[in-house]
Amino acid sequence: MLLRRFDLHKPETLPALFDLLDRHGEEASVLAGGTELLIALKARVLHYPHLISLKAIAGLADIVDAGDCISIGALATHDAIARHPLVCRYLPGYAALSDNIANIRVRCAGTLGGNLCFAEPHADPPAMLAALGARLRLQSATGSRECAMADFIHGDFETDRQPGEILTAILVPKPVSGHRAAYRCYGASHRPVAGGAAAITMDEAGKCSAAAFWIGAVCGRPVALEQAALGVIGMDRAEIAQALPALIAPEIEALEASDDNHGAGDYKRHLAQTMLLRAAQAANTVAA
Amino acid sequence: MHDLAFAVNGEQRSLQVEPRELLIDVLRNQLGLTGTKRSCDVQVCGACTVLVDGQPTSACSTLAVEADGCAVQTIEGLAKDGRMDRIQQAFLDHGALQCGFCTPGFVMAVHALLTQHEKPDDATIRHYLHGNICRCTGYVKIIEAVKSLV
Repeated sequence: MLLRRFDLHKPETLPALFDLLDRHGEEASVLAGGTELLIALKARVLHYPHLISLKAIAGLADIVDAGDCISIGALATHDAIARHPLVCRYLPGYAALSDNIANIRVRCAGTLGGNLCFAEPHADPPAMLAALGARLRLQSATGSRECAMADFIHGDFETDRQPGEILTAILVPKPVSGHRAAYRCYGASHRPVAGGAAAITMDEAGKCSAAAFWIGAVCGRPVALEQAALGVIGMDRAEIAQALPALIAPEIEALEASDDNHGAGDYKRHLAQTMLLRAAQAANTVAA
Repeated sequence: MHDLAFAVNGEQRSLQVEPRELLIDVLRNQLGLTGTKRSCDVQVCGACTVLVDGQPTSACSTLAVEADGCAVQTIEGLAKDGRMDRIQQAFLDHGALQCGFCTPGFVMAVHALLTQHEKPDDATIRHYLHGNICRCTGYVKIIEAVKSLV
């Protein structure tokens, strides 16, 4: 379908971008890879008189070693992330996730920043980035701040990003010794119906010292299975494998999974349980 | 209106386009390159796959102005001197098409695949082509055609 008319702006610096955001306010949307936004504009469920492309701003797609974390520029595409040596080395579970998003065309065009800020609930990155303890760097004309991935998405298509702010980088901590993370999802028509992310850290004595279990895609925001994550602390690998199905059951049962055209709520809860257990099984193994 | 200057199948083209115009419409309606097909219109089916600076791209969901300064390859650019290129020939030799509507997108996706992966294994081929959908033949002959090129 033909899009409604809009003006396209292509600022080359962050100050020029912030000026445009200030001038056009709610009349403007930021355009990154466009894989979500253009579909919504074509369907005419959204319209903005002004689109502001981020692509001419240098450095926003950089992926760099930032000491204790890997800094992924908001404009890095899923394909670039999947193949980047730093991501493959330090965050192999996330590289694998990136390589399985939608299809090759979406991975080549779609950006991580766009994915997070659009906050379409049927997305893979949020749950895994939350399990990895990622922080998001948001910049505005007046400064910059960080927001934990765990707190960034408020609900369907709603985030912590304020008017005048843009997401510039996703900071993912480098894993400590004994840490392993994995993500598994099930989806039809290129979007996940349910995803499970597991991060497990084992100490030198072979006991679990930290864990994070997150469910994605079943409701408006990713959900932490906090009691299950606390419950595995101190267990060895065999004990985790044996205990986990029962440990996650109450929190899976309590998931606010909505009925929609991706499936019924109880079906999504079943998928979430299965995907989480598969992710945990992959994270609960010795790295190859 | 925005200037759009890009190389299409190696030929430099200059146009004026509205920001809202999609690459597929410029290719099909303004340049007459109707080999690129519109189908799902939501980046799922792959029928509109073209290469923009070598990257497989859904022409249906790409603003034409974003191709400014880029090299765009479409199915029309593959045959030389009336002879199909090796990927098109392999599809023909293996009967890897039926109605043919999805074929230009598949061929362009395979082009990108073989540029990125010199010798892709079965899993790599299937993973890369996962986003191209054929509703006639199934995928066995398409995979066989690709494997014949490796």
